[in-house]
Amino acid sequence: MPNRAAAILSVSRLCKQYGEVHAVDDLSFEVCPHEIIGLLGPNGAGKTTTINMILGVLEPTSGSIAIDGCDLARRRRQALGRTNFAAVYAPLPGNLTVAQNLRVFGMLYAVPRLSERTETILEEFDLSRFRNTKCGVLSSGEQTRVALAKAMLNEPRLLLLDEPTASLDPAIAREIRATIRAFAERTGVGVLWTSHNMIEVAEVCHRVLFLSHGKILLEGDPRTLPRENNHATLEDLFVAVAREPLTIRHAQEVP
Amino acid sequence: MPASLRRTAALLLRQFYLLRGSPARIVPLFAWVAIDIVLWGFITRYLNSVSGARFNFVPTMLGAVLLWDFMARVMQGITTAFLEDVWSRNFLNLFASPLSVSEYLGGLVLASIATSSVGLVVMVALATLVFGLSFFVYGAMLAAFVLVLFLFGISLGIFGSALVLRFGPAAEWFIWPIPAFISPLACVFYPLAVLPHWMQWLARIIPPSYVFEGMRQILARQTAAPVSASGNALAATHLIAGAALALVYLLVMARAFTSVYRHAVRTGLIARYSAETVS
Repeated sequence: MPNRAAAILSVSRLCKQYGEVHAVDDLSFEVCPHEIIGLLGPNGAGKTTTINMILGVLEPTSGSIAIDGCDLARRRRQALGRTNFAAVYAPLPGNLTVAQNLRVFGMLYAVPRLSERTETILEEFDLSRFRNTKCGVLSSGEQTRVALAKAMLNEPRLLLLDEPTASLDPAIAREIRATIRAFAERTGVGVLWTSHNMIEVAEVCHRVLFLSHGKILLEGDPRTLPRENNHATLEDLFVAVAREPLTIRHAQEVP
Repeated sequence: MPASLRRTAALLLRQFYLLRGSPARIVPLFAWVAIDIVLWGFITRYLNSVSGARFNFVPTMLGAVLLWDFMARVMQGITTAFLEDVWSRNFLNLFASPLSVSEYLGGLVLASIATSSVGLVVMVALATLVFGLSFFVYGAMLAAFVLVLFLFGISLGIFGSALVLRFGPAAEWFIWPIPAFISPLACVFYPLAVLPHWMQWLARIIPPSYVFEGMRQILARQTAAPVSASGNALAATHLIAGAALALVYLLVMARAFTSVYRHAVRTGLIARYSAETVS
């Protein structure tokens, strides 16, 4: 079970504004060791904006982010050294082989005993036979596995996964989910996971945050949250949040 | 190895992997500069034959072409390494890592040193072995010429990379003509005095003009009285000014790149960098 005492990720009153548009609006949440948090919401809800701010590639308008006790704004290098990510929109360079990419990114993340670690991670993600294959010629599922291998290469304290199984077939997706869960249990990594696959979310996540218009609308256990909000499944709840977020919010506020 | 150096070395290693696996990347490192040296080698031979023994065009023109091409290769070494990240849409992966902007620029400089050295070796080999260019005529000042041009080439490369980072991948076409654009003011082939008065002022803020002026002064003094101390002293004065100016350019361009990067982080450009989203 997650240890709520020492949060690996603390997001406090985070805002991102583009002119008059509030992409993320006063967002606060925590991710604890061993915990897998689902960040859910319709397209444009602010999930990727939030992830980009946690990755340090997008500056918040206000608010703070601390990763494993390091304030991202003040100690960027230390904070990002304890973080890693995989996203469908950030494939590794296709003109390098799998082993070359892992070596380059292993050096960027200052991974100790890199050769040994690379071998372990290649085996863990069943990538050994693709070691000398350029990433650009791999199938999208294989590329996703390479991106996940890179994401776990430095044994991060915080792992950000933006739709990590989006391009995988169901069998591989199940294996990958099991690998990530085992990794979280073994290493104590905190995981922030976005997905549009509600069955996957219910299976993997300890807790979910429903985002709409940059705010957290609902929060709770994905197995009990639908019933608490008068919906049969998490997918039904998702559709309701996407269509009528204000109604949901009102129902939460007025018992 | 310290972590910071390891991150910078990672970018050099990436460039090595790319070169090793791609003849299309290796050939341009020396092909164009080799063609340039051959072309200008024959031009200088022809000019020597029609001018008689009064003036040796080989050290003046072929030497100048070699040094100018070296500077352009240094610039392109930086921009090509940077564009590899543009073409492979790698910014998000890089800048979401502990890599800092200064480490990133350091990696580009290392990559440029490696790639421009290949071009320099080929140019020197061709110019000396085929066309009889002797670098002894420039004396110890040659090292200073190379240093100033190297620093300015790095500055131009960082400037070009900042342009592309700010205006998007389509701005790549701003980069390639940069050396041609400044060459009239660099006084590669003619003395500064040839330029109109207002252009002379512009040329004085371009570091390579000091290099080529200094080079001509050394050669002119040698024609009058070989190994003249006063010629070298004058060239040294020029070079100190040129080196100081080149250092200023380097600092300003590195600062400009950092500002553009910060703007990109503030606006979200780094996170969604592609031809479609930048503008």
